[in-house]
Amino acid sequence: MLLGLTHRRCLLKCRSVKSQTTRSAVVDSALSAFRSICGEDGVSLAAAVREQHGKDESVHRCRPPDVVVFPRCVEEVSAVAKVCHKHDFPIIPFGTGTGLEGGVGAVKGGVCFSLRNMDQVLDLHQEDFDVTVEPGVTRKALNAYLRDTGLWFPVDPGADASLCGMAATSASGTNAVRYGTMRENVLNLEVVLADGTIVHTAGKGRRPRKTSAGYNLTNLFVGSEGTLGIITKTTLRLYGIPESMVSAICSFPSVQAAVDSTVQILQSGVPIARIEFLDDVMIDACNRFSSLSYPVTPTLFLEFHGSERSLEEQVNTAEDITQSNGGSDFQWARDPETRNKLWKARHDAWYAAQALRPGCKAYSTDVCVPLSQLPQIIVETKEDLMENRLTGPIAGHVGDGNFHCLMVVDPDDPEELHRVHLFTERLARRALAMDGTCTGEHGVGLGKRALLCEELGHTSIQVMQGLKDALDPKNLMNPEKVLQLRRV
Amino acid sequence: MSGRVLVGVKRVIDYAVKIRVKPDNSGIVTDGVKHSMNPFCEIAIEEAVKLKEKKLIKEVVAVSCGPQQSQETIRTALAMGADRGIHVEVTGKDYEALGPLQVSKIMAALAKKEDAQLIILGKQAIDDDCNQTGQMTAALLDWPQGTFASEVALEGDKVKVVREIDGGLETIKINTPAVVTADLRLNTPRYATLPNIMKAKKKKIANMKPADLGVDLTSRLEVLRVDEPPQRQAGVKVETGGGPGGQTEGGRDDIEASGARRGAQNYADGTL
Repeated sequence: MLLGLTHRRCLLKCRSVKSQTTRSAVVDSALSAFRSICGEDGVSLAAAVREQHGKDESVHRCRPPDVVVFPRCVEEVSAVAKVCHKHDFPIIPFGTGTGLEGGVGAVKGGVCFSLRNMDQVLDLHQEDFDVTVEPGVTRKALNAYLRDTGLWFPVDPGADASLCGMAATSASGTNAVRYGTMRENVLNLEVVLADGTIVHTAGKGRRPRKTSAGYNLTNLFVGSEGTLGIITKTTLRLYGIPESMVSAICSFPSVQAAVDSTVQILQSGVPIARIEFLDDVMIDACNRFSSLSYPVTPTLFLEFHGSERSLEEQVNTAEDITQSNGGSDFQWARDPETRNKLWKARHDAWYAAQALRPGCKAYSTDVCVPLSQLPQIIVETKEDLMENRLTGPIAGHVGDGNFHCLMVVDPDDPEELHRVHLFTERLARRALAMDGTCTGEHGVGLGKRALLCEELGHTSIQVMQGLKDALDPKNLMNPEKVLQLRRV
Repeated sequence: MSGRVLVGVKRVIDYAVKIRVKPDNSGIVTDGVKHSMNPFCEIAIEEAVKLKEKKLIKEVVAVSCGPQQSQETIRTALAMGADRGIHVEVTGKDYEALGPLQVSKIMAALAKKEDAQLIILGKQAIDDDCNQTGQMTAALLDWPQGTFASEVALEGDKVKVVREIDGGLETIKINTPAVVTADLRLNTPRYATLPNIMKAKKKKIANMKPADLGVDLTSRLEVLRVDEPPQRQAGVKVETGGGPGGQTEGGRDDIEASGARRGAQNYADGTL
């Protein structure tokens, strides 16, 4: 829906090149090969299954693949990939379908590799703080597995996503400010390329905490969104579960005051775990949705991790800083029940935003700018929203300079959809103009390919295209994502 | 009052594992399978530790009956805040036949030996689903019991327990010493943190055998066979044409074949 009219026309042209029936007939010829590799149960042509695997949680419409396969091990993934390579079928890896940029849509049809049956936690090394997992393991499942060890994997993008999928989209989350994103926390990957070759990006079974051995292949695939290979194992860096946590909330008279506080807290060396910003529109929505009564002004939600003693120091420092910036109503809590109550507004933000206009859908924008630019971009964005009569409460990972407008839009109103689409393009360009990026954590997917070109510039895009050509010369891996179709 | 609470913790197959039956149908595959503390036992430990943090009781003792590996479960309890552990060693055939009756005899003996004020157990174990050990322990000791607890409050020498029952919630007040069994909503167990796991290594676990407590482990039960639940059949489409009373000929046959009509009849005439 938010693709814009020119994109849609381009896609329709692609579809008409190979008609539906011709493509299906070609796929049919390979079905027996798929069945002999994955078993009778491991291949599905059912419409419901294909539709389920053709969409994620973005606003992009469903684009079902021609067939869904369910491989059980990396050897099966490789064998099926070889068949696809022989027949020139597009290959689309699928984890949990919780992406936000249409990354799993089978724009040119093809074979969806649903990796959910590969669901083992392999090789946990407690003393080394690392673990290797298969694509079917989600982040909550891993943390439940680890609960007796005192370790956890802190990257938390909100959804219960596949960890390999999180690696593929370079996911991030609310505690990236302290624990980093996937880029900093993936030590090694096992990847199957378009021709079935199995690659271990840091060497098979290797898991040193740091290395300077050769090209950084691991981080080449992190964030590649399935366009360079299928991730079948990821080795992750683990952290100790914090001994104690304290949550706090503080209201500010302006966005500037909130961001200034954030910068100063970071500068003072407080190892803050989460620092989330909600604007006045969002706080108002949360008040209504959860029957709270927070002051309707820019608000920061903070979370501190550490030992009992260090927490006291952290909270005191943070409180002093917020007060010196005009912050008020500073509340904090240590026990889980009160902490959850304090953070309830932030947790329910998505639903609170949707509740502003029942019957409408919510779409999250995602840009990231240097911290110093955050007040200006938020102020300009709010003006843009008001000028164009759009509903877009703002929630942000302000410690990273990353914020989301939760656009609440009527899916049956094409005029409003168009206004939202133009708004998101302006927002992305505004971020680019401030030395930022058009996507802080959601990825490029289908909708931001043109913006990626603007962000990186022609030369860098050419380098990326060169890498893509080297690893996937037939352009079978998740076509039409990240990089635009090259105009020959 | 001694201020001492005994908490039973059982080592079971982890709840997230897909259970497989042994090919000879003699039992479940346990070799190489991930084990962890029974979730209801985690809730029991959490409640005991909370009582200690509120200074309402003085000492939490974690007890587990089983082979050497049960000590890992006790260590987890210690990492969550229990003060010391007791490992009652039961191995081999005795362990395979270990059930609520024997465990309750062990818990009763330990309660007397340790002069316990309160015993907190999980309401049931997720492997056998018996839901008997708490009740049997209370009966052997002739102590009051507050089972399926979703709230526990110590009030002097009494305990107020809010119980989850079919009709809703029932609040009872019982004298101590007493047995309480923990239900799901009693609390949310804490994660064991690394510093606490390190500290737990220094806490003591006493070893003993059931014979030391004068307990006879002979089981009155014999497991004959273990089978997986029947595979789910595909749904059967039947002809429409009225309710169980009046279908077309062909429809009736379909429904009878799938047993649905018999089922409906049983429901109608009250045999189900």
